[in-house]
Amino acid sequence: MFDLRHVWKRYETADALRDVNLSIPEGETTILIGPSGCGKSTLLRLLIGLIEPSEGEVIFEGERLQPGALIEMRRRMGYVIQDGGLFPHLTARENATLMAHYLGWSGDRVNDRLHELAELTHFPASGLDRHPAHLSGGQQQRVSLMRALMLDPRVLLMDEPLGALDPMIRAELQEELRDIFRTLKKTVVMVTHDLAEAAFFGHSIVLMRQGGVLQQGSLHELFHNPADEFVNRFIKAQRSHLDALKEDSP
Amino acid sequence: MRRAVTLLFALFLLAGLLTAASAQTIHVGSKNFTESVILGDIASQLIRDAGFQVDHRKGFGTRFLWNGLEQGDIDLYPEYTGTLTHEILSQQKIQTDDELRAALRERGLRMTKPLGFNNTYALAMRERRASELGVKTISDLRAHPDLAFGFSNEFMDRADGWPALKQRYNLPQTNVNGLEHDLAYRGLEGGSIDLADVYATDAEIEYYHLHVLEDDLGHFPEYKAVFLYREELRQSAPAVVERLDRLAGAISDDAMRSMNAQAKIEQIPDGQVASEFIRREFNLDTQTAQRTLWERFVYNTMRHLYLVGVSMAGAILIAIPLGVAAAKSRGFGQAILGVVSVIQTIPSLAIFVFMIPLLGIGAKPAIAALFFYSLLPIVRNTYAGLCGIPVSIRESAEAMGLPAFARLRLIELPLAFRSILAGVKTSVVINIGTATLGALIGAGGYGQPILTGIRLDNMGLIMEGAVPAAIMALAAQGLFELIERWLIPHALRS
Ligand SMILES: Nc1ncnc2c1ncn2[C@@H]1O[C@H](COP(=O)(O)OP(=O)(O)OP(=O)(O)O)[C@@H](O)[C@H]1O
Ligand SMILES: [Mg+2]
Repeated sequence: MFDLRHVWKRYETADALRDVNLSIPEGETTILIGPSGCGKSTLLRLLIGLIEPSEGEVIFEGERLQPGALIEMRRRMGYVIQDGGLFPHLTARENATLMAHYLGWSGDRVNDRLHELAELTHFPASGLDRHPAHLSGGQQQRVSLMRALMLDPRVLLMDEPLGALDPMIRAELQEELRDIFRTLKKTVVMVTHDLAEAAFFGHSIVLMRQGGVLQQGSLHELFHNPADEFVNRFIKAQRSHLDALKEDSP
Repeated sequence: MRRAVTLLFALFLLAGLLTAASAQTIHVGSKNFTESVILGDIASQLIRDAGFQVDHRKGFGTRFLWNGLEQGDIDLYPEYTGTLTHEILSQQKIQTDDELRAALRERGLRMTKPLGFNNTYALAMRERRASELGVKTISDLRAHPDLAFGFSNEFMDRADGWPALKQRYNLPQTNVNGLEHDLAYRGLEGGSIDLADVYATDAEIEYYHLHVLEDDLGHFPEYKAVFLYREELRQSAPAVVERLDRLAGAISDDAMRSMNAQAKIEQIPDGQVASEFIRREFNLDTQTAQRTLWERFVYNTMRHLYLVGVSMAGAILIAIPLGVAAAKSRGFGQAILGVVSVIQTIPSLAIFVFMIPLLGIGAKPAIAALFFYSLLPIVRNTYAGLCGIPVSIRESAEAMGLPAFARLRLIELPLAFRSILAGVKTSVVINIGTATLGALIGAGGYGQPILTGIRLDNMGLIMEGAVPAAIMALAAQGLFELIERWLIPHALRS
């Protein structure tokens, strides 16, 4: 789905990404994980073209990301961020359907799609005409997800989508999200810094540190064949969480 | 939201256009002192009597009127020969009336025969003191070296003022001080000075019972009153010229002095003083019905709304795109904000005056000045509103695949709307207040009664402009708060 070749992202103060080579497989959930500041968000923003690489190239479905084609390519991606990024002046309905209306979909088509998504994301119909300020954090993320899925994109990019939620809601949404991913069989790239969450969602885990990719593989591989001492320590440090999930692990 | 902005804009434009005066008229001008206004009123009434529409704009400085006449914004105004030869055309060293006429004709202008009175500088003493001392002429002063003189600062400095006078008449007095013109009259009254400089037709001469000393050596230049008018009036409106010509020799020093006194001291309205003169002199009844307070209020309100409406419509139309451009491009943004801020630092009065060479006098330059003055709050608030949108929201819009213009229209401008509206509100309030200065360059509006009130020292008239201007500003503020409440979703209000 995505291929990154020798990608660098340099800022004046430091390099956010250094020579990243990465292939993101289609139809799977790939998790980006690593300590804070290691470049996870930067990588995700590169994938959707919000920033350009200083060096190297990003390929999406065999096509290089470049300014002229970007707008059309983004419509084949959905993007969800930690605080939802909902437009505060629009209702939940307007947020979710903005792009479909812009593209001239008929009212019926928009409505059908919206109700399909509301059902999928368990978003209450009564909340559709409320503004984001009047929705709970969990509901806001559901709207954000509906908005991202509206055009039925090929890939869903999520930057700590559950990061701002309290643990109860978070656990509930984790399950729902995994069900949704399974139902839709979509390619998903999700950022988290919680290994348990990574284990819960991920087919493939990409472990990053200081702007570089240390290892890509299943949790099993990372656990039994760590590429280096840092991978080993990172996995072991969160082991207690993993123990609790033992039955779920592959 | 977009409809609301369009609506707002249309509202301003409509207010402006509806109130625009349309009829073809003769434009009479007059200066910022009572005598000139009375002369302007006399001319206006005579011309109106001949069947013309007349627009009499009052309260200008000499330069403005002269430029207005040259550019054709003004068709005629009263002037003094001394002002023409010594100030306006002083470069040309004009000696005679014929040379003056020729110089005017070169500029497409004409002047009437002198109206009669000579409003030159003069020296005045209290009548009683003058007769005690037996002083009738300036030469008589030589016999009284101990007299105390109090002269206006202008007279102390002018080339043809005190230094030249002293030399010409060989005057021995040494107790000579500069002071304010108005204080000079009180000084004479109280006896702290014996003699002061006055204008020959000052109203106060009668009021304070002053004796004007004869200029027996003919030192002071003549300030004979005339009307200046544009040459083309002779063809396009000969009846106007004919009416002006009737005034030749019709107004003596005494007559003018007494008219000044009626207006300034007895507070009779200028127009009434003028029409009484016309009835006495020409046996014509030009007494126009005095406009009631209400009629004046409506007229001034319309003029004021016109200035504010058109200038604000223009400012909104230009400032919002400027603010957007500023927010979108850092370098350009700093440049725009810099330029617009600099405009704001220019004193508003100066902006009005700067517009005159470009646009003449009247509503046009005033609207242009108000336009420039209204830009900053809107530009700055548009810029701040756009820059204040959280990155996460801006990027969400971008990540959806919305093109830049659609992002601006659907997301960014609506989110900045509250801030933009606040900018427009600030602008309107400033604009309404500043528009009162428009009267200084002939634009009318609430500034007109204020200006007249200052000239006549009439607090009632000043209030007639100041109070509605304040109320209009408050009303605008209230209106914008309503719009805000109506347009901004509850969820967006903090
Ligand atoms: N616009 C920018 N200008 C300068 N430095 C930046 C910019 N954006 C990111 N960085 C730097 O790049 C590095 C990677 O940032 P990034 O946001 O990708 O980290 P992250 O892995 O998402 O961290 P977190 O888990 O805290 O969200 C950080 O050191 C950050 O300070
Ligand atoms: Mg991050």
